[in-house]
Amino acid sequence: MSDTADSEIASGGGRAAQAATGATRKWVGQPLRRSEDPRLLAGRGTFVADLPFHNVCQAAILRSPYAHARIKAIDAGEALKMPGVVGVVTGADALAMTRPFGVGVRAPIKYYCMATDKARFVGEPVAVVVAQDRYLAEDALDRIQVEYEPLPAVVDPEAALAPEAALLHEAVGSNLACHRHIVYGDVERAFREADVVISESFRFPKYGSTPIETYGVVASFESATGVLTVTSNFMGPFILHPITARALNLPENRLRFIVPPDIGGSFGIKTSIYPYIALIGLAAMKLKVAVKWIEDRREHLLASSSGTDRVAYRELAARKDGTILAMRSRWYDNVGGYIRSPEPGCAFRPIGNWVGAYRFQNLEADAYVVMTNKSLTGPNRGYACGHLYFEIERMVDLLAEKLEMDPAEVRRRNFIQSDQFPYRTPSGGLYDSGDYPAAFAKALELAHYDELKREREKARAEGRLFGIGVAAAVDPSVSNMGYVTVALDPQDRARPQYLPKSGALEAASIRLDPLGKLTVILGSTPQGQGHQTIVAQIVADEFGVSPDDVTVVDEMDTFTRVWGISSGTYSSRFGSVGTSAAALAARKLKEKLVAYASYLMEVPPEALGVVDGAVREKSGGRGLTLKELAGRAHWNTESLPRGMEAGLEATAVFSFPEAKAPDHQDRVNSSNTYGFIAEVMAVEVDPETAAIKILRYVTVHDAGQIINPAIVEGQIYGGALHGLGGALYEEMLYDEQGQCLVGSFMDYLVPTASEAVKIDIGHIATSSPFTTLGAKGLGESSSMTVPAVLANAVSDALRPLGVRIRELPITPSRLWHLMETARRGRP
Amino acid sequence: MKPPPFDYHAARSVSEALELLGRYAEDARLLAGGQSLVPMLNFRLATPRVLIDLNRVGELAYIREENGWLRLGAMTRQRAIEFSPLVKERIPLLVEALGYVGHLPTRTRGTIGGSVAHADPSAECPALVCALGGELVIRGAGGERVVGAADFFQDFFTTALQPGELLVEVRLPVMPARSGWAFEEFARRHGDFAIVEVAAQVTLDERGGCRAARVAAAGVGATPLRLRAVEQIVERGGGAGAVVAQAAARAAELVDPAGDHHASADYRRHLTEVLTRRALSRAFAGVERSK
Amino acid sequence: MAQVRPISLTVNGVTRQALVEPRRLLVDFLRDDLGLTGTHVGCEHGICGACTILFNGEAARSCLMLAVQAEGAEITTVEGLGSSDGKLHPLQEAFWEHHALQCGFCTPGMLIVALDFLRTNPDPTEEEIREGLSAVLCRCTGYQPIIEAVKAAAARLR
Repeated sequence: MSDTADSEIASGGGRAAQAATGATRKWVGQPLRRSEDPRLLAGRGTFVADLPFHNVCQAAILRSPYAHARIKAIDAGEALKMPGVVGVVTGADALAMTRPFGVGVRAPIKYYCMATDKARFVGEPVAVVVAQDRYLAEDALDRIQVEYEPLPAVVDPEAALAPEAALLHEAVGSNLACHRHIVYGDVERAFREADVVISESFRFPKYGSTPIETYGVVASFESATGVLTVTSNFMGPFILHPITARALNLPENRLRFIVPPDIGGSFGIKTSIYPYIALIGLAAMKLKVAVKWIEDRREHLLASSSGTDRVAYRELAARKDGTILAMRSRWYDNVGGYIRSPEPGCAFRPIGNWVGAYRFQNLEADAYVVMTNKSLTGPNRGYACGHLYFEIERMVDLLAEKLEMDPAEVRRRNFIQSDQFPYRTPSGGLYDSGDYPAAFAKALELAHYDELKREREKARAEGRLFGIGVAAAVDPSVSNMGYVTVALDPQDRARPQYLPKSGALEAASIRLDPLGKLTVILGSTPQGQGHQTIVAQIVADEFGVSPDDVTVVDEMDTFTRVWGISSGTYSSRFGSVGTSAAALAARKLKEKLVAYASYLMEVPPEALGVVDGAVREKSGGRGLTLKELAGRAHWNTESLPRGMEAGLEATAVFSFPEAKAPDHQDRVNSSNTYGFIAEVMAVEVDPETAAIKILRYVTVHDAGQIINPAIVEGQIYGGALHGLGGALYEEMLYDEQGQCLVGSFMDYLVPTASEAVKIDIGHIATSSPFTTLGAKGLGESSSMTVPAVLANAVSDALRPLGVRIRELPITPSRLWHLMETARRGRP
Repeated sequence: MKPPPFDYHAARSVSEALELLGRYAEDARLLAGGQSLVPMLNFRLATPRVLIDLNRVGELAYIREENGWLRLGAMTRQRAIEFSPLVKERIPLLVEALGYVGHLPTRTRGTIGGSVAHADPSAECPALVCALGGELVIRGAGGERVVGAADFFQDFFTTALQPGELLVEVRLPVMPARSGWAFEEFARRHGDFAIVEVAAQVTLDERGGCRAARVAAAGVGATPLRLRAVEQIVERGGGAGAVVAQAAARAAELVDPAGDHHASADYRRHLTEVLTRRALSRAFAGVERSK
Repeated sequence: MAQVRPISLTVNGVTRQALVEPRRLLVDFLRDDLGLTGTHVGCEHGICGACTILFNGEAARSCLMLAVQAEGAEITTVEGLGSSDGKLHPLQEAFWEHHALQCGFCTPGMLIVALDFLRTNPDPTEEEIREGLSAVLCRCTGYQPIIEAVKAAAARLR
């Protein structure tokens, strides 16, 4: 079980803020049961597919069976004659009625919501049938005749850059979507002066966190008003709302996004639903009916979204005492048939934490973002950090191996120290707080690291393959959307007509109801993170009431909610920015209530505080309860002091001041809070079957002030299993012709309870000085470290054979071949 | 992923099912537990015009013991077999193997006959039938015939069942006294079809020699494979470690697996050896314990 | 198109009659025709388990059955687990207490499978619980809290 009893809540920003506002913490920090749960447990959730709509037709999508083919003709005549069929949409409609989606690279890529000239991956939408129900729509799909001219395909990102490679986008002239070569510090010199240089190559797999609820979109167009209303399980709106509006030729205030109360998981994947919002929106606009589309599992595996597969080459320069001086990296991210916004985030999202937890100042990144005939990519839990830490943490272990040092010791020698915060990384990240050596020591202690090492010696003496891995990672949250613009050269960003991009904000509104209860309205789109419970805890503490007195509404509606183009529930945002907005809104309302009470009671506001659901004299004397204040302010506006705005409500927009646009040297604070993860894993490899058994797994997190430890640990458990999936089981495999080999859950292997690992969780807390409560995000958590720690542990187990893990997932078949090759190679 | 349109008949008896099969011939598919066929319908990989549902043919759901054999009606649910005290006592290897068939909710509906007739080369039930030298009772318009396991499984998803015929019963020999058994499976996840699986049952004579061995492997070819040469090695040499190792090495020579994205051919061959050794070792050790 | 068939069955204790096309999946019938949207669709090929229901008292995938096959059957969905006055079943309570759900999408299937499993094995080991729960995919919880909840519920239900 977890180790919350052990957790320390450190002083710092959190407690200081607490003193400033006078709130006592009764609920924040408690593992409160979630208010969301009784509904969900009783089967009364409201997911997009559950919503009743009247007179809605159902869509089914015809998809390309080819990885790369020219579409020469589409004949939907037979389909249109089928019973119940309302209409068909094809690429010609997309060309006539929509525009390509915007994307933050200069290559002229035309990515429409469906194939218009060529299909560039298996599963790309080619036609949409709208019919009275889904069964009939699928029947009609079988009758559409498409004439394809198959073209050669390319699936490997390095091969795709060869001059003879099949070309996906003729107008681009190559398959390169974006390339940046960025150098921070004096890398040349660091390598020149190094005692040791390590090099290694890596392959990170294409996998997606495949939520159990697939995409769902319901669109209806009101021609009288010109408003397209879309209900979907989108986790935005953020920048993708304006991008979708533009693609549909709609003004933003004519495109209404509604998100139902419940989303069945996302893990980043539902960011990429927006091309389907456009596609189903197009169908609704063209056919003048309301259209519902619920993606099926095959569609989801073929053509929703995944992280990129990456080929990477790294070099590390170090002194012989283990001090890392520099790293060089060159990598190829495979974004599939089209680059789809927010890609190339795959390359740049972790830019501020490219050095991980280490002090080295010299860094070179040579990033290629490549298009091939695979499905499209986008944010997936840990967005690019799984790749990053797999590479960095393997490199550190290779350094330890070379220097014959303990991998834990090498890390300790390179950690950023606790007195260095806030710490500016060479690539522009501003790490807000942390105590990496302490968190790492705690992980070693929880894992009984020294005991594990003794166990390893004993096991090795018996010929068993026992290994220990450690890993450390900086866990970024609340991305600053400006990071994506590093995809452009600084000269491009320096052009006068260029508008810089930056930002990370979230809004919340609160009101005191006429009978004295509180309602909070969020602009977030939770997918299981318990925002209602968390905000009720925060607001309950602010007002000294019970969480039961607080109703939290989190159903997004772009027409009625306060939101900004960085709003949404992605990038582990809520723990930092959402909670900050909620607390700020509460404090704003408290200020007003204090001013009002001060007027009514004829007591100076400084003498008043909000405690136990009332505004009271700090001396402990008289007070007015929230109910009494609400009773007066709402029911008798005459009682308000002259000049005070009527109504008891407040809206706060919390924005990070350190979210700035990249500078001319490509430095950018790509996220806004930076947690820390330290992990230890022990494994044993079956020498015969190559099966990996995880014997011990410890993870220690620093997420600043924890608001609800049960929810935090839920995120860690879940994140870890996503990491485990990518490290051992999950891979969106394609053959050489670009055929997807994993079109069902029989082939795409999601770990079950039998494969799940028992996790020991520990916490330390260094409060963020930048958030209202000192909290940091941790939604992506161990998804980014498990590939690293597991690869380190397995490499350590196989050290007697000399096998090093450089490719994931480590399937038993692959691992056995590595072991066999090593055994045969031995004298 | 919705099934294509089809006509549907729920047969109430074997004779009605045969009559329907005769009427619709190649246009029809038989629906047993549906745990393989319905996914194929949902993916539209199967598009029969007519579905003949056997789930209401009560006469095909039974477990009986007769003359040293267990007779399992083709529509007996895997779950019913799994929890049958009679099966647990008479053929414990079958109960162990069923633990690997999908998950409890799929075994609720899945039937022994459906699994055997579907003949997935990685499935557990066909491997088991093959290992134990079971017999399959087939009924058609012309009457009943009994086919041995070795002749029944012919190729990938292909059996001796002819058009118009119905598998009505699976017969398995009851485990003799002084026997041990083991089912070894290597899969990527619990409940998946195997990468390789090996079923073994050994019977000792009064002096402790191996009187009979039954070994089959699956996941290593187009059909499950009875490994007679492996059986002979232990029947001659007994259950000593070296003999078992030799038998296991022979198993790897006998199979000719193909590679796919889950596992290479070499790896499957290697696993065949490892799992055969583990299965035989555990089976022999089980007899020792049961004595 | 095939003719629709009349069916009659009991769902959560209530007799329901309907006309269905033979190809209509039981899960679509429950959700769209009866409005019981607690049973979820996650894969439509029997792997994810989100659609699991009790069919004549035993857990089964409702995406792998046709509605016509449910003629005469007794079905319990997640909506039928609690008592009629809205009180949660002890298993649901245990899930709540142990934070055994996040998005809640797999939860109905998970509850049904756990209930069926505990009936067949009232005093399971942790490994048996894992094996039992492996019939349902969950992507949020990492399963650990679900395993704890089932352990706790087993003790309560024994």
